[in-house]
Amino acid sequence: MDRIIAQLPRFFSERNLILLLESAGLTLAMTALGCLIGFFLALVLVYLRKTPGLWALPLRLVCVAYVEVFRRIPFLVIVYLVLFFIQTVIRDASLFTVAVIAICLYATAYTAEIIRAGLESVPQQQIDAATAMNLGRFRTTLWVVLPQSMPVIVPPSVAFAVGFIKDTALVSQVGVFELTFRGKELNNQGFSAVLVFGTIAFVYFLMSWPLSLYGQYLETRLAAPRSQRRPRKIRQS
Amino acid sequence: MPHLEVSDVRARYGSLEVLSGVSFTVDRGEVVALVGPSGSGKSTVLRLLVGLLPPSGGTVRVAGEPVDYRRAAMVRAVRDRMAIVFQQYNLFQNMDVLKNVTLAPVRIKGRDRREVEDLARRLLDRVGLGDKLHAYPDELSGGQQQRVAIARALAMQPEILLLDEVTSALDPELVNEVLEVIRDLAREGMTMILVSHEMAFVREIADRVVMMDKGSVVEEGPPAEILDNPRTARARDFFGKILRH
Amino acid sequence: MNYTFQFGVVWRDFPYLLDGALLTFQIGLLAFWGGALIGLVLAAFKTFGPRPVRWLVDAYVVFLTNTPALIQIYFLYYGLAEFRIRWSGEFCLLLGLTLNAGAYLTMIMRAGFLSVRRTEMEAGEVMGMSRLQQVRYVVAPHIAKTIYPALANFFIVILVMGTSVGAIIGVNELTGQAITRASFNYRWLEYFTVVAGMYVVLTFIASIGLALFGRWAFRVKARVF
Ligand SMILES: Nc1ncnc2c1ncn2[C@@H]1O[C@H](COP(=O)(O)OP(=O)(O)OP(=O)(O)O)[C@@H](O)[C@H]1O
Ligand SMILES: [Mg+2]
Repeated sequence: MDRIIAQLPRFFSERNLILLLESAGLTLAMTALGCLIGFFLALVLVYLRKTPGLWALPLRLVCVAYVEVFRRIPFLVIVYLVLFFIQTVIRDASLFTVAVIAICLYATAYTAEIIRAGLESVPQQQIDAATAMNLGRFRTTLWVVLPQSMPVIVPPSVAFAVGFIKDTALVSQVGVFELTFRGKELNNQGFSAVLVFGTIAFVYFLMSWPLSLYGQYLETRLAAPRSQRRPRKIRQS
Repeated sequence: MPHLEVSDVRARYGSLEVLSGVSFTVDRGEVVALVGPSGSGKSTVLRLLVGLLPPSGGTVRVAGEPVDYRRAAMVRAVRDRMAIVFQQYNLFQNMDVLKNVTLAPVRIKGRDRREVEDLARRLLDRVGLGDKLHAYPDELSGGQQQRVAIARALAMQPEILLLDEVTSALDPELVNEVLEVIRDLAREGMTMILVSHEMAFVREIADRVVMMDKGSVVEEGPPAEILDNPRTARARDFFGKILRH
Repeated sequence: MNYTFQFGVVWRDFPYLLDGALLTFQIGLLAFWGGALIGLVLAAFKTFGPRPVRWLVDAYVVFLTNTPALIQIYFLYYGLAEFRIRWSGEFCLLLGLTLNAGAYLTMIMRAGFLSVRRTEMEAGEVMGMSRLQQVRYVVAPHIAKTIYPALANFFIVILVMGTSVGAIIGVNELTGQAITRASFNYRWLEYFTVVAGMYVVLTFIASIGLALFGRWAFRVKARVF
């Protein structure tokens, strides 16, 4: 205890604070980037998964297999696989790239399930109307189904991304300079583990908690019907 | 040559056969009313015509040409000539009224946006909704949505219009408004298939009445004949019940 | 890419990996049951307890679900050592995961508690059941049935995401075992490919088992896929 108190001034030096702030930024950046790219890849994946016709059966199977497999492998194993796989392809890929790709692969599988449920929540009649107007599958999805399913898709996707901020701590293992890695570094420099990891935990908490509250707010807000969500414009003509 | 010819068409939902050999024809500019008890397959016929349900047998001819519903290009061509108004309106919930009406003509048929918007305004005026251009479907009553759906179908400028119980959700005052629109269309020579329970209206507007029951045609003929002197017992029973109130 | 896969060494090490898989399964199972116990107690406190107790439960849940499990385990492993409490990596992993799972399971169980409707209790009363009988025959089965899918899902999460964290503090569960073995011969890609496959098989077995059990015990349809 005395040791911790003695270390306090040296630990909360300007240099260390900037270091922690930067690495927290990196944690957020790679989560956001990975989950955002993952979201769009998941959209593509779900669209492909719904391709009709017998000829597309292998394609559908690949899509299902991707989702099933990647949801069942630990993130840490994916990180290692990406790391060593990339090194055989590109020698000098940055660790940040490795982290983003790993997050992206994982987020794609998880978000795909969220998106699929969202798309299926749109009534068939909407699709029928679009089809009868010759909209085609792509345009029907893009103009009719997707906009209507966003209120169902967005809140859990945000919740997933926010929850994943914590899980990115695992990429410290391969040496990405994110928050947990910096924590280990400081611990190795002789700072008390209680002090270091307590602080790190607190920083994670500061990122994760407000965002998860925001996610819950989104959920209640988007659950309201459109007419109550949109400020009502009264138009005269 | 009839504008539309349906011969011995069959369709099934899974293992349930809902159309078991339906045949009738519609001439150019003719108004044919499809009537029959609930669940007899009237909506299914319309859905099948626009390619939402593949036929499991029989043929459909449009202007003499047989339609192969397995060929996507052909189905698109057929949809280009027909427009359907659904029983449950099916307006796009994420678009306002104007967008609902102009989407397909502008984005699919590639017509000029200005022109289409002008047309849309006129059509919406005609169905009494000229002041609701920017309302969303969930801000409209059922009857208003129904009328937007009619305007949306007309904006496609179809050759053949399919109307599925377009008056069922309307109050009597609006029924007349909507029927007036349909009457005009009939006068203008639009080919129409119209599913309806409004026997008075059917009598007035239809050139011919096709009565369906349990997935097939029971009887057909001019309204005066079929409504007042049905030949089959099934039709007598049905019209007897429906005309009494 | 001019990398040639050589799976030979991995097959030779397969018994080690199987050991790892077994440890993964054991830790996952223990942490889940421990967490379920914590969850049950805390959810009851949260529902029926006095206000300060409810606040404490909230604080526990909010703090543990908003910080990484890895940091929580570091705290136990490196932090407590400063107070001369030295536990093995296995124990720290198990304890950390249990506490962490306890927080998530509190939320799940709480949702189950909230789903019990008064009317069902009253129906029990009409049938002349005692309070205890009502809980035993009406309330508990209802809760179990409602939350079973969420529980089954969470078990898979612990089994995969949870236990693998141990690799970082040197626990030789499945991922840890792969890291240990691969550091001898550098066939990282091969080891992790095989291990990924083993996780898929392991969780499929668990999913199928859970689905069958759920169908048998609560007549719920838990998804395998
Ligand atoms: N999506 C579907 N899946 C399975 N069966 C269906 C489906 N849609 C309709 N059916 C069945 O097909 C039959 C015909 O239905 P259809 O909607 O064509 O009847 P209808 O004549 O339009 O009746 P209504 O006057 O009530 O609108 C009914 O028996 C109905 O149960
Ligand atoms: Mg119908």
